[in-house]
Amino acid sequence: MPKLTIDGKEIEVEAGTNLIEAARRLGIEVPHYCYHPGLSIAGQCRLCMVDIEKAPRPTIACNTTAGDGMVVHTDTERVRDTRRSIMEFHLINHPLDCPVCDQAGECWLQIYYMKHGLYDPRMVDEKVHKPKAVPLGPHVMLDAERCILCSRCVRFCDEITGTGELGIFHRGDHSEIGLFPGRDLENNYSANVVDICPVGALTDRDFRFQVRVWYLDTTKSICTGCARGCNVDVHVNRRRPHHAEGRRVARLKPRFNAEVNAWWLCDIGRYHFDFVDAATRLTAPVRRNPGGPADVTWDEAVAGVADALRRYPPEQVAVLASPQMANEDLIALRRVLETRGIREVAFDVPPTALAKDDDFLLRADRTPNRRGATLIGLGGDAGGLMAAARSGRIKCLWVFHHDLLAAGWPAAEVSGALGRIETVIFTGTNANATSERAHWVLPAAAWVEREGTFTNFEGRVQRFRTALEPLGQALPEWELLGRVLVGLGGTAAGRRAEHWFRELTGAVDAFAGMSYQSLGDLGRLVAGATASGLPTPPGQRAPAHA
Amino acid sequence: MAEIVLMRNFGRQDSHTLAGYRATGGYGGWEKARTMEPAAITEEVKKSNLRGLGGAGFPTGTKWSFIPKNHAGPVYLVVNADEGEPGTFKDRYLLERDPHALIEGMLITARAIRCALGFVYIRGEYVQPWRLFSAAVKEAYDAGLLGHGFDIVVHRGAGAYICGEETGLLSSLEGKKGWPKIKPPFPAIKGAFGQPTIVNNVETLACVPPIITRGAEWFAALGTKTQGGTRMYSVSGRVPKPGVYEASVAITLRSLIHDLAGGVSGSGRLKAVVPGGGSAAILTADEIDIPMDVDGLKNAGSMIGSAGVIVMDESVSIPEALMVLARFYAHESCGQCTPCRESTGWIYKQVHRIVEGHGRKDDLDTILDVAKRGGGTTICAFYDGAIGPYISYIEKFRSEFEALCRS
Repeated sequence: MPKLTIDGKEIEVEAGTNLIEAARRLGIEVPHYCYHPGLSIAGQCRLCMVDIEKAPRPTIACNTTAGDGMVVHTDTERVRDTRRSIMEFHLINHPLDCPVCDQAGECWLQIYYMKHGLYDPRMVDEKVHKPKAVPLGPHVMLDAERCILCSRCVRFCDEITGTGELGIFHRGDHSEIGLFPGRDLENNYSANVVDICPVGALTDRDFRFQVRVWYLDTTKSICTGCARGCNVDVHVNRRRPHHAEGRRVARLKPRFNAEVNAWWLCDIGRYHFDFVDAATRLTAPVRRNPGGPADVTWDEAVAGVADALRRYPPEQVAVLASPQMANEDLIALRRVLETRGIREVAFDVPPTALAKDDDFLLRADRTPNRRGATLIGLGGDAGGLMAAARSGRIKCLWVFHHDLLAAGWPAAEVSGALGRIETVIFTGTNANATSERAHWVLPAAAWVEREGTFTNFEGRVQRFRTALEPLGQALPEWELLGRVLVGLGGTAAGRRAEHWFRELTGAVDAFAGMSYQSLGDLGRLVAGATASGLPTPPGQRAPAHA
Repeated sequence: MAEIVLMRNFGRQDSHTLAGYRATGGYGGWEKARTMEPAAITEEVKKSNLRGLGGAGFPTGTKWSFIPKNHAGPVYLVVNADEGEPGTFKDRYLLERDPHALIEGMLITARAIRCALGFVYIRGEYVQPWRLFSAAVKEAYDAGLLGHGFDIVVHRGAGAYICGEETGLLSSLEGKKGWPKIKPPFPAIKGAFGQPTIVNNVETLACVPPIITRGAEWFAALGTKTQGGTRMYSVSGRVPKPGVYEASVAITLRSLIHDLAGGVSGSGRLKAVVPGGGSAAILTADEIDIPMDVDGLKNAGSMIGSAGVIVMDESVSIPEALMVLARFYAHESCGQCTPCRESTGWIYKQVHRIVEGHGRKDDLDTILDVAKRGGGTTICAFYDGAIGPYISYIEKFRSEFEALCRS
């Protein structure tokens, strides 16, 4: 392992580490545009110059491997001068349209100009003009004038997705990013190019012009688009509620986790949050009488639901839980079932069409917590449960999230079964055809409105945190279940998600020994699980030989 | 007059044919080399002081010795025939008039570096050179010289100057955009298609057969202490007899212009000379008493480059000449590295503005500052080549530029 000195501090790094990463470990930032740890070395932006003793002139840090005894200086007068020049070159043809650019506030041209530029502009000639507002695909918009041609997006499509839609066309200062003829940037990872674009050249069509980034708050979370549990940051707009027509969740951004998703996030997951601020959100408990629906208080709703659960013998009560629910919700539900001795429970409602894995991160299982629901013991025969309902044996059914009328069962059969059930209880975030048939509707907080944990497909338990207040009177499911439990004469584990997690670690061996603190930001595997790690990106797999 | 080595066959009508080449002893070098140990060939070339004649002037034998000894996969030889340096047209003559000299040089080199496949990357605009060289390759196959342990693939470029840069050429050869590759790794370690590769210029390889036939000492004695042999000078501009001249690398620039090219035409009064292709710093009329070897030009603050000599008499406008070159560099920059991509265009705009009469005197300082700041910051030597003219034209002829400026 080479030992080197950077800015007077000694550090030992693994062989093959480049100087940007070696410096990063010492907390020293070497400014760069084209370098990205997940992509090949391009060496094009020329910003990461450092001085290496005995080298005649500054050298790019990205393509220099740490050597034993190397003495590196990242902040000499010569390096500062070089950076100033490179910043000027990057900016002479840049349109400087920050006031109307979505990237403003998180733009590395702005950041590095303030840190390493601060020269007096000398460019008085006409700038080069290039295409603006060019849609590259369903999610990505290109402004070629803002582009600094770092080629990160091109390398992403070559080396990660292996789809190769993008190239750099023309030469010299007329070079521009573009699509190869007949191609669109429509792979399932397309919006990652927006994340890795250091400037405002590639913007997210869903996010464009919605809200300025300095009004956003960031919360660590987990994507709920599939069973992988990609680590994300949720960006929410609480400070300008009049912007973006009241939309609170502005965007999801991938958060690095080497074991799960690295720097990446698929488009299906990235845009899987529109339900949070949709008009269909359930915002108050509802009781539906023959006369029609009426808003009720939580106390009335909890009392009504508890009464229903008590009124019917356990064998006449069935529960369809959901793999959308967090581990904390599921253990609270289990306690409710145990209190009443209810055994008719399942969560696996068949979908209308089977989803498929894509060839990288996205899992066929499009729910975040199937593994958790299984481990907590809520698995069962949903088909048998529905057959029992059709036969008239089930008098009370509590459905979480599912729209049974849009599931993989014949809708007429489901409708008939619902018609025979005396009390249908629905808990979920959004209204659907099933909630319209429910006698009691208990509104649930969306995952970004609360905290909790999901267990991903390989058994990794990962935390998500509260980014927003629940909409209306919606409650986290562990809380509304806790209230029902109290209504049934039981004892709720506590008033915080963490209390329910502690309850879970005591009740289910797979979770034993875990705590919110020990999960940290990267999660922990349940007992007996083996990590499969990040799949090799399609662009890095050896071509199959026919 | 120095001995004629490279152009020895140019006088023959059939110099481009195998029969013509053989009639003057052609392939004798190969006959000798095939009995030699590869290392002995490299050693001979090292001793000859042959230096690359494409531009960089790197010692050829030393370059060959960089090929890893224990490499398991193939080793490639790539010939750079993408002659595009402004003012240079010597390789064209070799491809047209003595193509077998290159083939023979490739055969010997391939043996030295244990290579079974060579590529010849010919500039796209060079149609006639491509035809004649391809015909020679076919003759060599028919005669059994090729196809028995060594093959040649002829590849045509598509007209980008940057594809004459060693690694830009390799990218282009691989079917990619002609972007120079980041170094390290160097081509001798990881070149064409990821394999160890030697890239040599046409003229350089044409020197190899005579070195083997007549010996390294003889070749070395033709030149200076640090560079052996003769080379071909492309002389153009204001001379009565423009053309390609072969002379020792020790000839002075003055002798080349006056004794070989017939002096200065136009006004008859010399103003400036570009000694080594467009990327070489310009020399004034009183800077021409220098030897034309690699070190001689280096000591004069310029470079021999590809030995393209462009002569300018008093009637030539230096700002206009710089504008033409600046447009060339802005047009040909591949656009990969930011300093080169951005400043070649910016400098062209400024020089153009000055020539159009809208310049300001401080533009000149801006150009000089921008050129100097960008130097040495890029993947390849393109921009370092471009700043040679930017700086030297303005510094040596500043008053001419100032006369065009408004304030």
